[in-house]
Amino acid sequence: MAGLPTAELTGQTVDDEGLFRFLVGHADDNLVLAQRLGEWVSRAPELEEDLALANLALDHLGQARALFTYAAEVQGEGKDEDDLAFLRTEQEFTNKLLVEQPNGDFAQTMVRQMFFDAYQLILWEQLSEVADSRLAGIAAKANKEATYHFRHSSGWVVRLGDGTDESHRRTQRAVERLWRFTAELFESGEVDAAIGRGIADQAERWLSIAEGVLDEATLTIPDDPFQRSGGRAGAHTEHLGHLLSEMQWMQRTYPGLEW
Amino acid sequence: MALQDQAEFDAVIAADDKIEPTDWMPDGYRKTLIRQIGQHAHSEIIGMQPEGNWISRAPTLHRKAILIAKVQDEGGHGLYLYSAAETLGVTRDQLVAALHAGSHKYSSIFNYPTLNWADIGTIGWLVDGAAITNQVMLSRSSYGPYSRAMVRICKEESFHQRQGYELLIRLCEGSSEQKAMSQDSIDRWWWPALMMFGPHDSDSTHSAESTAWKIKRVSNDDLRQQFVDATVPQADYLGLHIPDPDLVWNEERGHYDFGPIDWEEFWQVVKGNGPLNRERLDHKRAAWDDGAWVREAAVAHAEKQAAREFESRRTA
Repeated sequence: MAGLPTAELTGQTVDDEGLFRFLVGHADDNLVLAQRLGEWVSRAPELEEDLALANLALDHLGQARALFTYAAEVQGEGKDEDDLAFLRTEQEFTNKLLVEQPNGDFAQTMVRQMFFDAYQLILWEQLSEVADSRLAGIAAKANKEATYHFRHSSGWVVRLGDGTDESHRRTQRAVERLWRFTAELFESGEVDAAIGRGIADQAERWLSIAEGVLDEATLTIPDDPFQRSGGRAGAHTEHLGHLLSEMQWMQRTYPGLEW
Repeated sequence: MALQDQAEFDAVIAADDKIEPTDWMPDGYRKTLIRQIGQHAHSEIIGMQPEGNWISRAPTLHRKAILIAKVQDEGGHGLYLYSAAETLGVTRDQLVAALHAGSHKYSSIFNYPTLNWADIGTIGWLVDGAAITNQVMLSRSSYGPYSRAMVRICKEESFHQRQGYELLIRLCEGSSEQKAMSQDSIDRWWWPALMMFGPHDSDSTHSAESTAWKIKRVSNDDLRQQFVDATVPQADYLGLHIPDPDLVWNEERGHYDFGPIDWEEFWQVVKGNGPLNRERLDHKRAAWDDGAWVREAAVAHAEKQAAREFESRRTA
C-alpha cells in the first residue's frame, strides 16, 4: 500500500483502487487543461501572453505527470504516465467537464482558468496537509503555482470585465457559458473526502473567491441554476473525444514504440 | 562635431570594443542593426509556429513538456531581441507592424512545414544548429546589447540542439517507421538549412558593410562550411543519408565539398513563394487582429483605474 491517506483526519480509509482513481482524476484535470492551453501557443493577443499561456500549460502538465506517475505506482501493473495519458479511452478519462471546454476567445480561456485556479488554490492547500507525504509534496509544489496562476487569470478577468464594452460583453458571455461547470469542481465522492479532507466543504470558499473577482470585474453570476456533472464518472461533453484523438494520435498510430 | 563622433565610433570598432545605445553611431549602422535584430526577433516569433504545430500531438508527456518549453524559449528570445532593438530608438509595435506588413523579413526556414514528428528533432538539430553557428559569430558583434543577447540565446539554443539530436537518436534506434520518418525529415530540411546562411558572399547585399562595422564577423560561405563540417559526422552517427550526391570529404582542403545550392528556390522563398509564407504571416496577423479587443481592454482598464485613483486622492 503506497502512502496511507489521512485516516486520522477523516476517520476514513481508502484502498489502492480508490487512491488510484483519485490521483488519475486530478491528473486528468491537469492534462486536459494543459492540452487546451497548449493550443494557444503562437495565437495569444500579445507576446507576453504567449509566454504566460505556455507556462500555464507546462505547470499543469507537470502536475499531471507527477500524479500519473504516482498513480501508476499505486496501480502496480507496470504501467507509466504515458500509458495512462495516451492509452485510455474517452470514457476512462475522469477529468471534470470545465477543463475540456474549448478555449473560445481569450475571455473564455481566462474565465475557465480563473474558475479552475480558484478551485486548485483550495484543493492543493488541503492536499498539502494530508498524511500521504508523496501526495502532500506534489500538492505543496502545485499550490505555489496555483497562486501565480490565480493572480494572472483573476487579473485578466477583472481587466476584461471592467475594460471596454466589447470585452465586458465577451467576458460576461464566457461566465454564462462556463458557470454550469463549476459546481462539479466541489462534487466529491467518498474517496475524495477520505484523501482530501473533505474538499466538498470548501465550495462556499470557492464561491466567495470567484464572486469577489466577478464583482470587481463588474460581471454577474447567471440566474440559471442548472449545473452539469459527470466528468469523474467518464460522462463527458462532446469536446473531449476530439481533444484525445489529437493528443493520442501518435501512440495510437504507432503502438508500442519508444519516443 | 560629426567628424569627432565618427572618429570615436571608428576607434571603438577598430579596438574591438562595443558600441552602446547612448553612443553616437552612423545612421546606416543604426538602420542595419534595426533591420537585422528586428528580423532576428521576427524569426523567433514565426519560428514558434512550425514547432507549435506538434505540441498537441507530441508522442509522450515528456516530449510534450520539452516542446512547450522550447517554443516558450523562442518567444522569450523574441521578446529579448525586440528589447535589444528598442535600444536603437524603434518600438516593438513598429517592428511588429513591419513584420505584418511584409516589409520586414524573417528567416525563410520557417516557411517550410513540419510534416512528421522527426521534424521536431531535425529543427533542433539542423535549424538551431545552423542558427547557433551564425549566433556564436554574432555574440562578438560590435553592438553591445545585440552581442550580449546572443550570448544568452546561444546557451539556450545549444540546449535545444542537443535535445533535437537526442530525439533523433531515439528514433534512429527505433522501428523502421521511425527511421523512415527521420530520413524523410533530413531529406526535406537539409538544403533549406544550408540556405539559412544566406547567399554566396559575392551575392550578399548587406555583407560588406556589416563586416566593416563588425556586426558580422564571418562570411556566409565560411559559416556554411563550418556547419556542414560539423553536421556530416552527426548524420553518419545517426545512420542518416544526407541528400547530396556531391558530398565528399576533401582531404586537401580539410573540409567537406558539397553540391550546388538551388538558389532559385532560395530566392522564391525570400520573395514569398515558399511552401507556407502566406500561412505563417496570415496566422500571425490573425492572432494579432483577434487579440486587438484584449489589448484595448487592458488599456481601457488601466485608464479607468488611473482615473479612479486620481479621484480618490482628490477627494481624500
